[in-house]
Amino acid sequence: MSHYSLANLVRHGLTGHRGWKPAWRDPAPQAGYDAIIVGGGGHGLASAYYLAKNHGLNNIAVLEKGWLGGGNTGRNTTIVRSNYLLDANAHFYEHGMKLWEGLSRDLNFNVMFSQRGVINLAHSKGQLETFRRRGNAMRLNGIDAELLDRDAVATLVPGMDVSANSRFPVEGGLLQPRGGTARHDAVAWGYARAADRRGVDIIQNCEVTGIRRDQSGVTGVETSRGFIASKRIGLAVAGHSTQLAAMAGLRLPIESHVLQAMVSEPVKPVLDTVVTFGAAHLYVSQSDKGELVMGGDIDGYNSFAQRGNLPVIEHVAACLLALFPQFSRLRILRTWGGIMDMTMDGSPIIGTTPVPGLFLNGGWCYGGFKATPASGWVFAHTMATGQPHALNADLNLNRFHQGRVLDEKGAGPYPWLH
Amino acid sequence: MLLIPCPHCGPRAQTEFSYGGDANVARPPAPEDADGGTWVDYLYLRDNAKGGHDELWQHIFGCRRWLRVGRDVVSHEITSCTELAESGA
Repeated sequence: MSHYSLANLVRHGLTGHRGWKPAWRDPAPQAGYDAIIVGGGGHGLASAYYLAKNHGLNNIAVLEKGWLGGGNTGRNTTIVRSNYLLDANAHFYEHGMKLWEGLSRDLNFNVMFSQRGVINLAHSKGQLETFRRRGNAMRLNGIDAELLDRDAVATLVPGMDVSANSRFPVEGGLLQPRGGTARHDAVAWGYARAADRRGVDIIQNCEVTGIRRDQSGVTGVETSRGFIASKRIGLAVAGHSTQLAAMAGLRLPIESHVLQAMVSEPVKPVLDTVVTFGAAHLYVSQSDKGELVMGGDIDGYNSFAQRGNLPVIEHVAACLLALFPQFSRLRILRTWGGIMDMTMDGSPIIGTTPVPGLFLNGGWCYGGFKATPASGWVFAHTMATGQPHALNADLNLNRFHQGRVLDEKGAGPYPWLH
Repeated sequence: MLLIPCPHCGPRAQTEFSYGGDANVARPPAPEDADGGTWVDYLYLRDNAKGGHDELWQHIFGCRRWLRVGRDVVSHEITSCTELAESGA
């Protein structure tokens, strides 16, 4: 497998680019592994990569029911940020942000990370004050944050209606300049290729149908391609964490909900940052192809259908037009849905479980994509050592039993409100 | 769009309703005697079934009654809808 470099590009160019090999192998499952990760999305692949790179394990398999990155890794709106209020979330996501900043070089794969900034809009003095508080908390945690007044927002987003006559007049905003977007598929592919080069077996079309355990802990997984033994199993299957955990007899503080996203037809560059509109809930950016990429709230009721419903699409479109009336003639090109693990406190669950040898990485709510590198980093540490990393100690499943929930919004145990 | 057959108002669009979550979550019958694990079960743990799901909806833009709806969370087919107060739950 060739290193991706200018020299190799030229070398392969001389032979008409017929010499490139597949970016990862397609191995048959072995009888057993030192560690098995269920779920071949960004989180599972990143976990396998860091298990191999940081912890020296390379007898690892990633089992994927469908194809790589075919779940939520390929269904999100690609936003990367670390603008959190609570310390545990702030430190975890900021570690991720630092990994994002060197990710393309580390993986030798261009994940097209673009630090175009993420702006949260405020529409009242009170909201701006809560942003000031969050911005100060971020800066105390070493994260970049800038409070913007209305003129500064208007300068950064010249196409947006910030006039006093708009439906929700803009009072100001909170900017994280290092936030931005990345190419979601490339993240899965980059981690897959980098993990494969370190010897990780990536096995697609291999559905886990059961988890075997004895008194000492887990012993392996039943799959559509036979039994595979391992005393260390990590679940990275957000959307279906409940179903996989139930195979080991665990009940989780999670409900599955559908979150939709959509893109407009492609247009020339009009928006060079990420705008989030929390008052009515819209986040929008422009992809490199020119499509406006948008999302909003979850549909709001339990769902395992990877498709959503029109009221949310209409709401997102209405929010977009409230901010950018000039987009009224754009057409929606595609909409789709992904199934979210919505947790009871709105924060992810990543760490150990009561079943020895079984580890859980899920509960990502809306926030999974940006967490991919940090999630893989700390999950690999947890699986390798049997103990949570300092960065995910507060994200462990047992926080619900110990009364240490991490509820950023203070919404309470109502997953559809997070 | 879900079409919820309200027993008082007839079939109405989902946008008239507010969601209330899993209908089978029961508050501990003797709260003063319930231990921590019982409260964790009640507050946080959910079956989150992939298939039939009993759930609560309030018809906020109609009769304002709380309803108990049986719905398949994969196909979205609604199999039952009854007045919560009469369902015995």
